[in-house]
Amino acid sequence: MPETMHGILSLSTQSIMGNGLRPLLGMSWMLPDQASTYAPDVDNLYLFLVGLTIFFTVLISAAILYFFVKYRRRSNSEIPRPIAGSIVLESTWSIIPLLISFGIFAWGANIYLTEYTVPNDALDIYVVGKQWMWKFQHPEGQREINELHIPVGKKIRFIMATEDVIHSFFIPAFRMKEDIVPGPSRYSTVWAEATQTGTFHIFCAEYCGTSHSGMIGWVTVMNDKDYQAWLSGGAATGTMAERGAALFQQLGCITCHKSDGTGPCPKLEGIYGKQQDLEGGTSVLADDSYVRESILSPTAKIVKGYKPLMPSFQGIVSEEQLQQLIAYVKSIGTPVAAPAPGKGAAPGSVPAAVRPPIMTSSASESIPPQNEKAGSESQNTQAEASAKSAGVKR
Amino acid sequence: MPSEIGAVHTNGDGGLNYLNNGHGLRSWLLTKDHKRIAILYLITVSIFFVIGGVFALLIRINLLSPSGLFEPDTYNRLFTAHGVIMVFFFLVPAVPAILGNFLLPIMIGAKDLAFPKINLLSWYCYIVGACFGLVAIIAGGVDTGWTFYTPYSTSFSNSNVLLVGIGIFIVGFSSILTGLNFIVTVHTMRAPGMTWFRLPLFIWAHYATALVIMLATPVLAITVALMAIERVAHVGIFDPSMGGDPVLFQHMFWFYSHPAVYIMVLPAMGVVSELIANMSRKNIFGYKFVAMSSLAIAVFGFLVWGHHLFVSTQSVYLGLIFSFLSYAVAIPSAIKVFNWTATLFKGSISYDTPMLYGLGFIGLFLIGGMTGLFTAALGLDVHITDTYFVIAHFHYVMVGGSLMGFLGGLHLWWGKMTGRNYPEYWARAAAVIQFVGFNLTFFPQFLLGYLGMPRRYASYPPEFQLLHVLSTAGATILGIGMLMTISYFIWSLKNGTRATPNPWGASGLEWHTSSPPPTENFLTTPIVTWEAYEFAPMETMDVLGYPGEPHTPAQPVHSEHGTED
Repeated sequence: MPETMHGILSLSTQSIMGNGLRPLLGMSWMLPDQASTYAPDVDNLYLFLVGLTIFFTVLISAAILYFFVKYRRRSNSEIPRPIAGSIVLESTWSIIPLLISFGIFAWGANIYLTEYTVPNDALDIYVVGKQWMWKFQHPEGQREINELHIPVGKKIRFIMATEDVIHSFFIPAFRMKEDIVPGPSRYSTVWAEATQTGTFHIFCAEYCGTSHSGMIGWVTVMNDKDYQAWLSGGAATGTMAERGAALFQQLGCITCHKSDGTGPCPKLEGIYGKQQDLEGGTSVLADDSYVRESILSPTAKIVKGYKPLMPSFQGIVSEEQLQQLIAYVKSIGTPVAAPAPGKGAAPGSVPAAVRPPIMTSSASESIPPQNEKAGSESQNTQAEASAKSAGVKR
Repeated sequence: MPSEIGAVHTNGDGGLNYLNNGHGLRSWLLTKDHKRIAILYLITVSIFFVIGGVFALLIRINLLSPSGLFEPDTYNRLFTAHGVIMVFFFLVPAVPAILGNFLLPIMIGAKDLAFPKINLLSWYCYIVGACFGLVAIIAGGVDTGWTFYTPYSTSFSNSNVLLVGIGIFIVGFSSILTGLNFIVTVHTMRAPGMTWFRLPLFIWAHYATALVIMLATPVLAITVALMAIERVAHVGIFDPSMGGDPVLFQHMFWFYSHPAVYIMVLPAMGVVSELIANMSRKNIFGYKFVAMSSLAIAVFGFLVWGHHLFVSTQSVYLGLIFSFLSYAVAIPSAIKVFNWTATLFKGSISYDTPMLYGLGFIGLFLIGGMTGLFTAALGLDVHITDTYFVIAHFHYVMVGGSLMGFLGGLHLWWGKMTGRNYPEYWARAAAVIQFVGFNLTFFPQFLLGYLGMPRRYASYPPEFQLLHVLSTAGATILGIGMLMTISYFIWSLKNGTRATPNPWGASGLEWHTSSPPPTENFLTTPIVTWEAYEFAPMETMDVLGYPGEPHTPAQPVHSEHGTED
């Protein structure tokens, strides 16, 4: 996978300028906040290219201006001696740009591989893009709109889906961007590790309709203590996995996907993160995208030995509910406890203890997606208003 | 220098030329003369340029205030109309359909293009397609952006998308027919002695462009047609809920639209080669390198479309391949810039307007090209893609390249085309004003983009305001410069002094016929016995390299052609 490439390329792409250059040159008018681990690498390449551009622009402009003055036409009848060309010069100015170009390629590729080698030990944040807002869910259950709180110094993996058109999740301070493309088998993932606390813009970078420019959010990076305090102060309506477990019952999934494997559908315990053998001899890794696809287009990839019995839940479950269901499947399938401290569901089995209370406590609020829109939008404006009044750091 | 070939008596008052050979609307709308068709294109394409330019200014006015002065829907329709008009109805046809149509047959010594009726058909395709676009705008406009990304364009936007799609589909055929005509003409209709390596670089550039047009434009037509089918019938090509793939649309769209950049820029590069050579009276340094680099750009241009999709969830490996190939296409462009610069060395450089545009082109294209290195660098592109950095980059390439080339060429050949000279003083002033205005418009956008300002925003956070205001100020200056040019060109049609056959002391067959040329371009078929850009006898040519390249002996035979045939 990309790691191998990464190793090969990293030799050629040491960050030439180091991280200390930006404050020295006082370039805050030229560079945005530099708030993620890979932001300095991106800026270094940028500044190198700015330097290279200035060099060639000055070089060629100076040559042109010099020739322009020195060889200006003095008499209307003069005809200069022609020069056919020079193989030496032509080769020189072909090969040197070629070498420079391939160096830049390797440098850029190296950073790209860092940006897109999503770590496995990250804290998962679920993101849903929707015309025209950002919805976030924390594994602990907190839900936010257009505002996101994350801890500093922790790898965050953003698992992203869209409810309608293509959106693009863009945090300039992190130098991070990824499109979110609709489709049953498609989750976009991107990651970042914040290096400083503060509040930074989240933009939608892919045109998505009327209020595209209003699809702005804020990410608040907090130190770990504040983050834990924020988490415990949030609306504690159960972790995502607990909500997923409740949904799993309400939607009737449990009648076929029996935990002892006797149902007409495969049992889901222990499948997450493992290869599943499919009808037709292929296999697929049971990851977020596969679970999502199996809920929305159940017949797309049938597990070996089973029949295509399951109905599609397209239009029945919302993107957030899908993410809760996946979190649930993950919680019963992941052999080690989830990285979130203290909150991980008991591994390997259905957390029987949590099931009955969740049933009663969340049955009223987790299902109806049609009510959600109005609720979210009032939440949305609230969230925006509070973000704007919160004295955002720039 | 090669002397005049016939036709001298057609110069000046009373002579018969393509303009006065036939009067009335009918003689124009049914003409098969490539020069008249070029003029038809000039008028109609210029109208669309003005409309697109007005939309551009409205966009900049909206962005004076962070909250936006218009409704978001209005703004979204404005930038879509600006993009669609400028790309499909102005930049793509501007140089090939106007200057190419007018000059290509003359430059190779032909009487017309190979298929004169198809040439007229191509203009009607343009008009019909462009009218569909106009109707869509008048009917309320489209808010998809000129890229029409699915599923927004197929499932969310209003039904005017269909009208615009039909318009683009039809205009595409206009390009295809022109490209076909150019290729066949260059192959079959060169004058005796006009060998491939005696062709002006303008012809090489148009030949390469025609190849790109022929291969890429049908894919655009297919893409637009599939988009329309998807909208009407929901067949699930791009619709993910039916198993389609929205990213497939992006691959198909950019398979045309990336080469389209070369459809716009390559002909302008051809123009600039003529400008530099003629205004410095030097043969282009490394003629063959420049000619072959046009073909190289055409070929490589097909292999790099995926660099528009680095953050589209495309595989990391595809990203690596497309980035690598994108750097390959940078080299032939660099070669051209270096060669043009070297051409000036020991030249006889004129300060006249065409040269100002030629040098302006090099300056803007240099920055546009260099910033292409930024956008092709994978890790960096993740940050700058879909921001104002990209807007600035492609405006430097497409507008700085295509528009400067177009205006430079129009000034160089204005006398040839219309028989009248434009006022040199005003033209130089306008060229300088445009250069300043252009840079003030688009340079701040590089900074905006890196700071994180996303494109296609009707409103924006207040910290970006200063740079937006600067940009709008620049656009105003640029607009004034354009208005000056349009004004004195129109003024010159009646009041300009009469153009002589070769006012610049330039080289090339088009300068061997009258201004404006007669209907069949030359009174007698020219026989070409000299090399391209031969301002002086070949025996005086310095050959700095090319071991084995024959030193062509002098062929001082040009003076005979006036009476020959």
